[in-house]
This record gives sequence, C-alpha cells and structure tokens, in this order.
Amino acid sequence: MAPDKGKVMQLFLEQLTNGLAVGGIYALIALGYTMVYGVLKLINFAHGDLFTIGAYLGLTLLLSLGLTGHIGSAAGILVLILMVMGLVAVIGALLERAAYRPLRTSPRLSAVVSALGASIFFQNAIMLIYGARFRVYPHDLLPVTAISLFGLTIPVMRIVLFGASIVMMTGLYLFVQRTRTGTAIRAAAIDQGAARLMGIDVNRVIMYVFLIGPALGGAAGMMVGLYYGQINFTMGWVYGLKAFTAAILGGIGNIPGAMLGGLLLGVIESLGATYISLAWKDAISFIVLILILIVRPTGILGERVADKV
Amino acid sequence: MKHGIIVNSLIVVVLLAAPIWLNAYWVDVLNSIGLYAVLALSLNVILGYAGLFHMGHAAFFAIGAYTTAILNTQFGIPVLWLMPLSGIAAGLFALIVARPIIHLRGDYLLIVTIGIVEIVRIALVNNIFGITGGPNGIFGISRPNLLGYVIRTPHDFYYLIFAFTAVTVFLFHRLENSRFGRALNYIREDETAAEGSGIDTAHYKLVAFVLGAFWAGMAGMIFASKMTIVSPQSFTFWESVIMFTIVILGGSGNIRGVLLGAFLIIGLPEVFREFAAARMLVFGAAMVLMMIFRPKGILPPLSRTYKLKTNAG
Amino acid sequence: MSKHTLLSLSDLTKSFGGVLAVSEVSFEVHQGSIVGLIGPNGAGKTTVFNLITGNYLPDRGSIFFDGRDISGMRTNMIVSLGIARTFQTIRLFQNMSALENVLAGCHCRMRSGIFGAMLRLPWQKHEEREAIDIAAGELEFVGLDSNPDMAARNFSYGNQRLLEIARALATRPKFLILDEPAGGMNDHETRSLVRIISQIRDRGITVLLIEHDMNLVMKVCEELVVLDHGIMIARGTPEGIQKDQSVIEAYLGPPGNDEDEDF
Ligand SMILES: Nc1ncnc2c1ncn2[C@@H]1O[C@H](COP(=O)(O)OP(=O)(O)O)[C@@H](O)[C@H]1O
Ligand SMILES: [Mg+2]
Repeated sequence: MAPDKGKVMQLFLEQLTNGLAVGGIYALIALGYTMVYGVLKLINFAHGDLFTIGAYLGLTLLLSLGLTGHIGSAAGILVLILMVMGLVAVIGALLERAAYRPLRTSPRLSAVVSALGASIFFQNAIMLIYGARFRVYPHDLLPVTAISLFGLTIPVMRIVLFGASIVMMTGLYLFVQRTRTGTAIRAAAIDQGAARLMGIDVNRVIMYVFLIGPALGGAAGMMVGLYYGQINFTMGWVYGLKAFTAAILGGIGNIPGAMLGGLLLGVIESLGATYISLAWKDAISFIVLILILIVRPTGILGERVADKV
Repeated sequence: MKHGIIVNSLIVVVLLAAPIWLNAYWVDVLNSIGLYAVLALSLNVILGYAGLFHMGHAAFFAIGAYTTAILNTQFGIPVLWLMPLSGIAAGLFALIVARPIIHLRGDYLLIVTIGIVEIVRIALVNNIFGITGGPNGIFGISRPNLLGYVIRTPHDFYYLIFAFTAVTVFLFHRLENSRFGRALNYIREDETAAEGSGIDTAHYKLVAFVLGAFWAGMAGMIFASKMTIVSPQSFTFWESVIMFTIVILGGSGNIRGVLLGAFLIIGLPEVFREFAAARMLVFGAAMVLMMIFRPKGILPPLSRTYKLKTNAG
Repeated sequence: MSKHTLLSLSDLTKSFGGVLAVSEVSFEVHQGSIVGLIGPNGAGKTTVFNLITGNYLPDRGSIFFDGRDISGMRTNMIVSLGIARTFQTIRLFQNMSALENVLAGCHCRMRSGIFGAMLRLPWQKHEEREAIDIAAGELEFVGLDSNPDMAARNFSYGNQRLLEIARALATRPKFLILDEPAGGMNDHETRSLVRIISQIRDRGITVLLIEHDMNLVMKVCEELVVLDHGIMIARGTPEGIQKDQSVIEAYLGPPGNDEDEDF
C-alpha cells in the first residue's frame, strides 16, 4: 500500500511550476508597488486596477483587431502586449498627475486615501464599461500544447508565462542598475532630499516610476488573461493585494526583493493550496502578509532603520 | 449655543416623526442610514479620534452579527439579550487581533486590517468550526422581543435603530470631550509627543479598537435580527470601504460630520437611483477630490474650548 | 549631608548602524541643580535625552532615576515616574489649543477612563476641573495665559517652545529635561526663558538642559557636562569648563589646525 512515489513527486513539481508561473505575475505587479513606495513612500492602491485595465485593454485590442483565430501570431501577441504596456503606462502617469502630485506635501495618509479612491474609481469604471461578469479571452490564440520534461508534463503557456516575466524583470533590473535614469530612481528611493540636492529631477523620476510600474502591471494583466482565459473587474484587487504582500515579503522599496517575494509567494500559495487547503488559498497570502509585518516588517531583503525622534 | 439646541431638537423631532409619512421602502432606507451611522461612529473612535487607519471594521460587524445568529439559532437566546454578548465577542476578537499589529505605521495598519476582514470573510465562507453555515450563512434568526412586543416591520425597527443611534451619539459625544477622547486626539496629532507627555499610547490605541469593535458588534446584532439571515456577502471588504468613506468624507473626528456622511453616502444613491450603479465610481472620485480640496472632510472637527475659572468668563 | 543624586547614568552607549552616537557616558545630576549638557552639533546630546526618556533603548549602560533602574522602561512610565522633556524639533499637538496641549501633560496624573467619561460622575467632573486649573496655571507660569484657546500652530516659534515647557511641567515632574529651549528665540524671549528656568528650579524641579547659547548656559547652569563625538570630554563648573583645553579644542579644533596645510 506504499503511496506512488512518482505521483507524489509529480504533484509536487506540478504545483511548484504553477507557483513559479503565478509568482512571476505577482512579481511583475509587485515591482510597481515597490518602485512607487521606494520613491514616494506611498502604497499605490490603484496599481492592482492598472493591472486589470491591462487585462481588459488586451481583450479589447485582441477582439477589435480581429486577431482571434490567427493561431500562429505569437509575434502579433507580443506587439499587442507592448501596446497594452504603453497605454497602461500613460494611464499610470495620468493617475500620478491627477491623484498624487497635488498631495505631495500633504500628510502621507491623505495620499493613501486618494490612492484608495482612485482604486475604487478605476474598478467601477471598468465595471461600468465592460460589465460585472467574467469576460473570456479568445482561447485559440496559442497552441495548447504541453512538453515533457523529466517525465513531467508542463503546459507551454506556463513556461512562456514564467519566461516572459523573467525577461521583463531582468530588463528592469538592468535598466535600474545600468542607466542614468535607473541610478536616479535608486538615489531618489534612498533619500529624496539628497537626490534633489545632487541635481536629480525628482518629478521626472516619479514620472518614470509611474510609467514603468504600470507598464509591467498592464503586461501582467494581459498575461493573466491569456493564461487563465477569463478576467473580471475585481481581479486587480486580489492580485494587487497579493503582489503587495510579495513586495513586503521581499522588502518594500527593494526591486530584487519584489521579484524574490513574488516568486516565493506564488510557490507558497500554490503548495499551500495543494497540501493545506484549497478553500483557504486566498487567505494564505493575507496570513503571510500579517505574519511578515508582525515578525519582520522590513521583509527579507529590506534594512532596518530607527525612527528619529 | 441656544441656536444649536433649537436646530438639534428640530432635527430630532423631524426624524422621530418621519416614518409617519414614509412608506416601508423609505423607512428601510433610513434604517440603513441609521445602522451605517452607528457603524461609522464606532469606526470614528478608531479612525477619527485616534487617527488609526483601520479598514477592517466589517470584520467586527460580522463577528457581532454571527454571534447573535449562532447563539440565537442554536440556543434560542433572545436576540436583545445577545446585544452585549455580540459586542463583547467583537471586542475580544479586536483585542486579540489588534494587539500584535497596533504598533504598525499608518498605511501598513491599513493593509493589515484589509487582510483581517478578508480572512474573516474566507473563514465564514469555509464554515469555520462548522458553525457559520458556509457561503449560505445562517437563517431563521428571531426578531427582537421588547417586553412582549415583537419588533418586526421597518417602522418598528426604525425606532429601535433610532434609539440606538441616539444613545451612541450621546455617549460618544461625552467620550469625545473627556480625558479619553483627548488622549486619542493626542495620538492622532503626534504619537511620539503623546508618549512623551505621559500617555500610554499602545494602551489607548488598543482600547480604541476594542471599544469601536464592541459597538460594531452590537450593531451586528441589530443587523442580524433585522435581516433574520446573515451570510458572508454582507461583510466584504466593500462594507469596510463604505464605513471608512463615511467617516473620511463626512469629517473624521466629528460626530455631526459622520452622521452627515451616513446620510450622503447611504441616502443619496437611493435618491438618485438611476445612477446607483455609478455610486462607487462617484465615491472613488469624491475620495480623491476631497483629499485634494478638503482633506478634513465636509465637517471637520471643531476645536474644543474650556471654561477657565481663573480668567474672567 | 551629601546632596541627593536624582539621575545617574553609567557607561551609557548607543550606536546607529555604524555611528557611535553615545559612548560610555557617565554622570550624575543632583537634586535641585541646573545642569547643562553641551557640545558641538552631532555630539550625541539629543541621543542622551532620548535614552533617558526611553525613546531609544541603550546598547549598554544603565540609567538610574531616584534610585530606580529605568532603562528599558516605556516612555510614558518614565514620565509618570517624574521625568518630563521638551523636544529639539518642537513637537506640539499643532492643531489643538494651547490649553489642550498642556492638558496632555495632566493626563498621567488623572484616572478617569471610558466609563467615567460616559457617565460623567461627580469625581470625574471634579478631576477634569482640577486638570483644567492646573493646565491654565502652567500656561500662566510661562506667560501664555492670554490665548488658551488658540491652536498651537498659531503661536510664534519662541512661544511654542514655552508651550512645550508648560506641557512638560503639567506632568508634575521631579526632573525636567530641555532640548535647546532657546533655539529660535530672540534676545527678549531668551531673557524671560532664563527667568522661567530659575523659577522652575525654585519650584523644586531639577533641570538638565541642552543649549547652544553659551551666554544662557553660563548664566543658569551650575554644572556642565561636555560631549564630543559621543564621548564625555569634560564636566565641571561653567568657569572651569570655559578654561578647559579639551573643550576649547572640541569647539574650535586642535591648535595649529589651520597651519596643517603648510606642512
Ligand atoms: N534615529 C537615529 N538614526 C540614525 N542616526 C541617528 C539617530 N539619532 C541620532 N543619530 C546620529 O547620532 C549622532 C548624534 O546625534 P544627536 O544626538 O542628535 O546630536 P546632538 O543633539 O548633539 O546634535 C549623529 O551622528 C546623528 O546623525
Ligand atoms: Mg540635538
């Protein structure tokens, strides 16, 4: 009556790869939270909804361009994702202008309430435009094949998803580490006042952050649509909170931390849902969030700073 | 001063007489306003007076409502008896969950309390301990029985809710103008300075949570007996958002502001029903605009004045 | 009869990251005295205050107040034991009235809670009345009794410092610590501050103050403690400190420093 070792291992690897794929999505969204937090010390509650907007814009473009049915158009989809990224980036920059810039000198919590308001606004705007029901992505866009690896079958989409998020994260990492703008972003995240004194245009840095973060979030939204096939106007809320948890887990304000936190949370959630309880899946990330904030609020890669009196 | 008393009495008289001219539908709208007013007033203790960004008030409301539902349907305890018990259950829950998170900074506290309300909802859906009835909830909760009179119609409930709201306003007004109320205000203004002036900030923040939760729990009992059914859908994060918005838009820290907020946010969408779908959209935009143009809400708190013995006056 | 030691610090040490802000500082403050803590900017003076009041936890060393070890105690406990403070960067409750700011200090000497507030029992009303009288009295003591209902933010910088002192006094302290009380004051205000500080001592309250205005320090302090780079480099009477070579060096740099470049 020995349990089938192969099957046990297979289930584990299956859930591990699934966790990594979803974790890649969390990481992409988490980058937006963490970059904004780094520079503005603001939780951009509306970020999850920018992700949703990405998913819906992707759907609109797909349907309006009549790409449905063109199976071999991987390149077409790539172009679409880039278009979605551009559009969501613009919305992100507008959001910053309208809802956050006027509050730059207000108490920090005014900006948080404004962010929350913006989130509610976006979410309901999407609902009014697209309706409250689930919308279905065309499902015949990409080949639904799976490949075999060490006796494990993995859907190609999962690998593409994971690969795409890794590529984007690497791109961002190189951008932030190697370019002047990237250096300015890092400097502003450490000390905005000092960055300003060093001649860095902080307004520009903030604009960049609100272009890059939403672009990645929008791409993640479309990727979720392609991967799961259906989207809903509230999905940004759930993904957003999880991605925020990922950002905290890795150490908020820390870009590699967001990537690490996202992948880790994806795996924790996937394994937790399998081995602990599927019904509690959505609670797992909240429990992780609360535990992290209680035990180590600086996250895995964050550094501790003493509040000055 | 005299002027204020006349206006207040007039409002009270109009509210007491209102159900005479209104049909059941509109009385029910007023009931909703009253219930949300109590919830928002209890949240105001935490969010308005102490300045703690708490987004999880629906969790405390839920604990109160489910306590009433479970104890009434399982053991047949009359619901009015369960009012203090529901409050205590919610207060105890607040004590347990708030203690480890009370030291968190503003926006971190916000996100954690959102997490708590979601965990509670998921727990209710999953029929935790086998007593919450899962996604369908619990039905068959009895009506309040006041000395043999069963409170049943919207009109009956109107007077129960009105009385509860009035008592809440009366007591919280006293609380606001006391050593306790001031202590919470000091914490809101500058926690380090408050601690440095000898105020046990951790203790007061915890007490604010427990008191707010206790009141929300009692409101939960009224809700449960009014609906005769409770289910997880009634206690989502959005309920928390509505309470939060009432306080912030009305005027956090000001009882009149909160009451006005309840009228506007619960009442107005009923008046403009054709736009009801856009209600949350307008809330969202209003929150952004208010923070930019009127960050302290429609009616910001008035500063307290004191009569001094030594000065002429 | 030897003088009673009210506060005694020994080997107090605190660092932030790599910065050693306070290093093995030891000194005592006797009951009824006015002691000045001086030193260049960044010497660690404010950090010593924050250690005494429990805002920071010392890495090492002990703090005895009135014979009790208070290191590691919560700030509000320390206040109720009798240590009150003001802040270098003014920390008033800016949107609340002057009187309410001072009432914050009365808080730790009052008892009423939620039930007292809701029931308004006679003893509670009496306590409230008494607190208001004490607060009004402290406002009068620092000369700010003309506008008790004005919000703190509307006071001039110098008066805000006085308001902080009034709030601290309302806690009925045995020991008052003032962090740069004359910072931002004009000459006239500084003169009345000097008078207020001596009156505070006359009320039996021991004073420890940080100040950059040497004129004021020499006038009011009976004893000085000098910090530099977190280390206590001298202590003694104002006259003695003025002549102390190491103190002069700490403030002006070592002798011959400006000639270094020529060699
Ligand atoms: N909370 C803190 N975090 C990091 N460094 C600090 C903190 N508080 C003080 N310091 C550092 O400790 C040193 C002493 O500061 P402080 O006590 O404020 O000096 P002073 O009051 O004598 O001017 C300085 O180098 C300061 O930067
Ligand atoms: Mg200092």
